[in-house]
Amino acid sequence: MSQTVLEEHASSPAAPGARPVRGNDFLYYGLRNKKLLFGLGLELLLILLAIIGPLISPHNTTDFYKLASPPSAQNWLGTDSFGHDIFAQLVVGLRESYLVGALSAICAAIAGMVLGFIAGWRGGVLDEALQFLTNVVVMIPALVLLVVIGSYLNTRSVMFEGVFIGLTTWPWVARAVRAQTFSLRSREFVDLAKLSGKRATSIVVKEIAPNMASYLFLAIILLFGSSMLLASSYDFLGLGPSNTVSLGIMMQQATLNSALFYHMWWWVFPPGMVLTAMVAALLVANVGLDEVFNPKLRER
Amino acid sequence: MHRFLIRKLITYMMAFVVGVTIDWGIPHLMPGDPVQTYLSQFRLQPAGYAALYSTMSQAFGTNMSALAQYLHYWKGMLTWDLGVSYTSFPTEVSTMIGQALPYTLALLVPAIVLSYILGNRLGAAAARRKLLDNSVLPLGYVFQAMPYAWVALILPYLFGVVWHVFPVSGGYDHSLLPSWNWTFIWSLITHWFLPFLSVFLISLGGWAIGMRNLVIYELENDASRYLRALGARERVIRRYAYRNASLPQLSGLALALGVVVGGNIVTEVAFQYPGLGHLLYQAIAGKDYFLLQGIFIFIIIGVLVANFIIDLVFITVDPRTRLSMQGAQA
Repeated sequence: MSQTVLEEHASSPAAPGARPVRGNDFLYYGLRNKKLLFGLGLELLLILLAIIGPLISPHNTTDFYKLASPPSAQNWLGTDSFGHDIFAQLVVGLRESYLVGALSAICAAIAGMVLGFIAGWRGGVLDEALQFLTNVVVMIPALVLLVVIGSYLNTRSVMFEGVFIGLTTWPWVARAVRAQTFSLRSREFVDLAKLSGKRATSIVVKEIAPNMASYLFLAIILLFGSSMLLASSYDFLGLGPSNTVSLGIMMQQATLNSALFYHMWWWVFPPGMVLTAMVAALLVANVGLDEVFNPKLRER
Repeated sequence: MHRFLIRKLITYMMAFVVGVTIDWGIPHLMPGDPVQTYLSQFRLQPAGYAALYSTMSQAFGTNMSALAQYLHYWKGMLTWDLGVSYTSFPTEVSTMIGQALPYTLALLVPAIVLSYILGNRLGAAAARRKLLDNSVLPLGYVFQAMPYAWVALILPYLFGVVWHVFPVSGGYDHSLLPSWNWTFIWSLITHWFLPFLSVFLISLGGWAIGMRNLVIYELENDASRYLRALGARERVIRRYAYRNASLPQLSGLALALGVVVGGNIVTEVAFQYPGLGHLLYQAIAGKDYFLLQGIFIFIIIGVLVANFIIDLVFITVDPRTRLSMQGAQA
């Protein structure tokens, strides 16, 4: 579904194992990169809104007000057809989106890195087997799996959604990590580390991982964004969390209750606009970071 | 080379078998008895219920042992008999898929291919050109970041409700009977346009941004520098950079086309467009397992074929892959 965001960038070669630059240099270029500053700034603003929004919102998501009223002093973004305040829903939805994104990015990063390092480092039959596992996970119909697991649960929570998305999207990380480990493991400094009698785990952690740290970081940021989009798709299809509001659920409700035909633009525009801003800010910050990590990309 | 191909083929066959097995198994993990669920909507008398229950179990094959069901499933799949739908009993699943497939293909294939062509051109043009990079690219990020569900809300709002240019839902005007005359074809086209546009716009952003980054990498590599040192014109250097950068994009295209057969579920649901994605949604909503299984067989085949094609294309187009694969084998 929204996997393309990640695929696109995972496929771009972020030259592994280059540039032993010190942290200060990153900071120097980072503070002078407009894309990074803009993306990060917008993202921080939205995160701030997600944190303090529920506190400053004068209403909560379950109270009832005048039905379908446009934005006013009382309801800042108006109300939906049930009389729920839209601003209150929006800020809670924002918070849930970040939660889902962060959770799934963490799960996918851990699973993908562990399996990717093992496959790339050991190679051979183990690599073959893990690649096979990766292909199978890609192939499993995530939607149906979600329905099946969901039917065993009394309530589907945000936690569940985040972990689920993480555990179905790790193959993209694993593939990238495996490929990079493959190209790094025959380098001289790795051979040297092997000769010095270091254990495999410490070589992977201390010699190989740092050389793809920037790449991994970027991949995880993209994963964060694409997970939020994927979650909004699940929510829109009615498979999202059942005990809270989310941006996807707002869009689903707007569609189901024909918000369009009643010209309720205040219900149609905000959820998607906020989500677009969240993901776009991540993408822009990501390009900025890419330029910071990678001197070749810096604007001349 | 041949050994490599054969090994790949075997891996893909194994993946196919596992995929089909999972596809068969997942619905069986569901709580509850599907026939019971199906019959519970009719409020039957006990005697009638018992009779219908045994008939339906026989019809759906749920009275067989798990192993027998599994073997039956494989046999059915190989003979293109995917069973009967629960929700629109007694329509065959293969018939339903056959009806939905043309809509999905007509919607997604043009959207993906056109956005691939235009997006790549735009991205390549924007690379290392300040003006374009700062005007076109931000739009690309926004397009790429838009959720399908939202685009499927605002496009109909603007084009349908506010400006009254395009119809906002369905595959064709339901006051018309499907037939091959111009009124009907025109109705098909107008209903097709908005879903097409939404998929097109979202994919466009992704292709453009991917291509921009790849072309920048290519313009900075030694080959391009050498060309520049030889005094080649910028146009020529860019042409070579574009060709080299096309490889990863090409594999992205194959992946995107591989999942086309599953339809774009969110867009199709939002526009009530009668393609495979919409069918999939109905199957999920109605817990229609045979329909789900049938559609996912399609998706599995699509993904595997796409991956295999990527492998083949890379081996033939890019000599580096060939080398690295032999290296990996050793």
